[in-house]
Amino acid sequence: MTTPTAHPAPQANSGPLDIAAIRGQFPILDIEINGKPLIYLDSAATSQKPQAVIDSLVEYYSSFNANVHRGVHTLSQQATDIYEDTRVKAQAFINARDAREIIYVRGTTEAINLVASSYGRANVGDGDDVIITAMEHHSNIVPWQILCDERGANLKVIPMNDDGDLLMDEFEKLLGPRTKFVSVVHQANSIGTVNPVKQIVEMAHAHGAVVLVDGAQSAPHIPVDVQDLDCDFYAFSGHKLYGPTGIGVLYGKYDLLNAMPPYQSGGEMIASVTFEKTIYADLPAKFEAGTPHIAGVAGLGAAIDWVQGVGIERIAEHEHRLVEYGLQRLNEIDGVKIIGNPKRRAGLISFIVDGVHPHDVGTVLDSQGIAIRAGHHCAQPVMAHFGIPATVRASFGVYNTTDEIDRLYEGVQQVFEVFG
Amino acid sequence: MPDRSDLSDLYQEIIMDHRRSPRNQGLPAGHDHYADGFNPFCGDKVSVGLKVEDGVIVDVGFEGEGCAISIASASLMTESVMGRPVGEAVKIFDAFRGLLTDTGNGAGSDDLGDLEALAGVKAYPTRIKCAILSWHTLKAAIDRKAEPVSTE
Ligand SMILES: Cc1ncc(COP(=O)(O)O)c(C=O)c1O
Repeated sequence: MTTPTAHPAPQANSGPLDIAAIRGQFPILDIEINGKPLIYLDSAATSQKPQAVIDSLVEYYSSFNANVHRGVHTLSQQATDIYEDTRVKAQAFINARDAREIIYVRGTTEAINLVASSYGRANVGDGDDVIITAMEHHSNIVPWQILCDERGANLKVIPMNDDGDLLMDEFEKLLGPRTKFVSVVHQANSIGTVNPVKQIVEMAHAHGAVVLVDGAQSAPHIPVDVQDLDCDFYAFSGHKLYGPTGIGVLYGKYDLLNAMPPYQSGGEMIASVTFEKTIYADLPAKFEAGTPHIAGVAGLGAAIDWVQGVGIERIAEHEHRLVEYGLQRLNEIDGVKIIGNPKRRAGLISFIVDGVHPHDVGTVLDSQGIAIRAGHHCAQPVMAHFGIPATVRASFGVYNTTDEIDRLYEGVQQVFEVFG
Repeated sequence: MPDRSDLSDLYQEIIMDHRRSPRNQGLPAGHDHYADGFNPFCGDKVSVGLKVEDGVIVDVGFEGEGCAISIASASLMTESVMGRPVGEAVKIFDAFRGLLTDTGNGAGSDDLGDLEALAGVKAYPTRIKCAILSWHTLKAAIDRKAEPVSTE
């Protein structure tokens, strides 16, 4: 079997990270924006890509391109090997029991839509309850709204306090015999809260409800073990995990996935078709209709290898230091208010600047080469909770440094100079 | 790609002045035209009220929250259409849109006066919606549209 050689781990997987060496692997970090070195603080929107991932795409199209699962020819077999090897990598990455529990999707959004549509339609009925939290991304609100509207079910929301922590007592009160589904974000992209999902799963299971964890933000930042969490579904996006856009993973417990009706249909997902009857393929093919994003899968595999090479624990530790330092520096500035003060936070800081709209802050920072996100972060209910239209969000990746946070600090001072 | 390191083209003195002290803030008493505008991209909101007599805008005002560009643009808009026939206000809107997108024939014309301070927005495509929101809302108010307008 000839599959692309795994790229060597960037460094020994222990001890503190050599961030300069890591940065050297991200070509985009060398560019200038508006005449200044790029300071990329928008990894929660999408992460930058290391050379190993970029190379894997070129390598795939240069040496292995063929359709999967269809050809008897060698090239097709090689493409299929890459495709299935990556599934095993993804399985190991989140510690799923079985590789067939890994379904390739376009990203977290598609994963949630798949579950709401397939599991939801089959299992949620008139008068049932679906529970989400007050800090969901729109992609974990709208599919459930549509399902509930269609089924006559109720969408209930676990409230949060002003620190941005969920009110677990209120969650307990929402649970009941009609609770069919609980869908919660692991790490909130708007304010950075890491939710106690293990406890949420336990509480929901006690009432017989099934739980999906939106891992779009957790997979890149903290170690995830789906067996330990005991969640029924877990979704993440490759592009936030140093991988390509257009590819992501839905994990689901085998028995649940197996019992679910297909989401999309066509080629690849069938065992046999006559005009009278179609027998669906087994997992995971049942949920992978059509020619998939094979190159994206190759890139996802390279990204997981890369992250595993660096070590997700070490990434988490490094980002924890960045968050602590960022909070300290931003708190030094009069007129900056940090939104949310969760018990456990990862990856990002949302803030507002007195008297200056986040978009204006974003434009001033951009003039300094600093890329942050200004807006509602696809979480308008969170903005409504805090009574603000938008925030400025600085989010971190493995390649960020405390020097860059100092530049952010200076950039915010510049905002006051422009708007003072 | 335009160089965006120098902000003085975008945040011109006139714009900063209108942001600090917006003109015609608040809806005019007895307004007979009204519309709400919303930019879902950034959450900016603006409402525009008009009093029209014999086809002439005799009073105009706005309420809203938003970034420097959207507030300054709303304020400048009220000044530029105050006392004008409705048809002329719509023409100014067209010319203003041309100024921001470089497509209209109003670009660079002297008629636009202080509105030309907003020409710098052209280099910031994501901010064009901020500058144009109040104008869309004005147009909706003129047309007496009932539902809120959006820039999407
Ligand atoms: C918490 C959360 N959930 C879901 C999504 C949607 O992910 P994608 O756009 O990759 O489908 C995001 C992306 O911003 C997110 O941050």
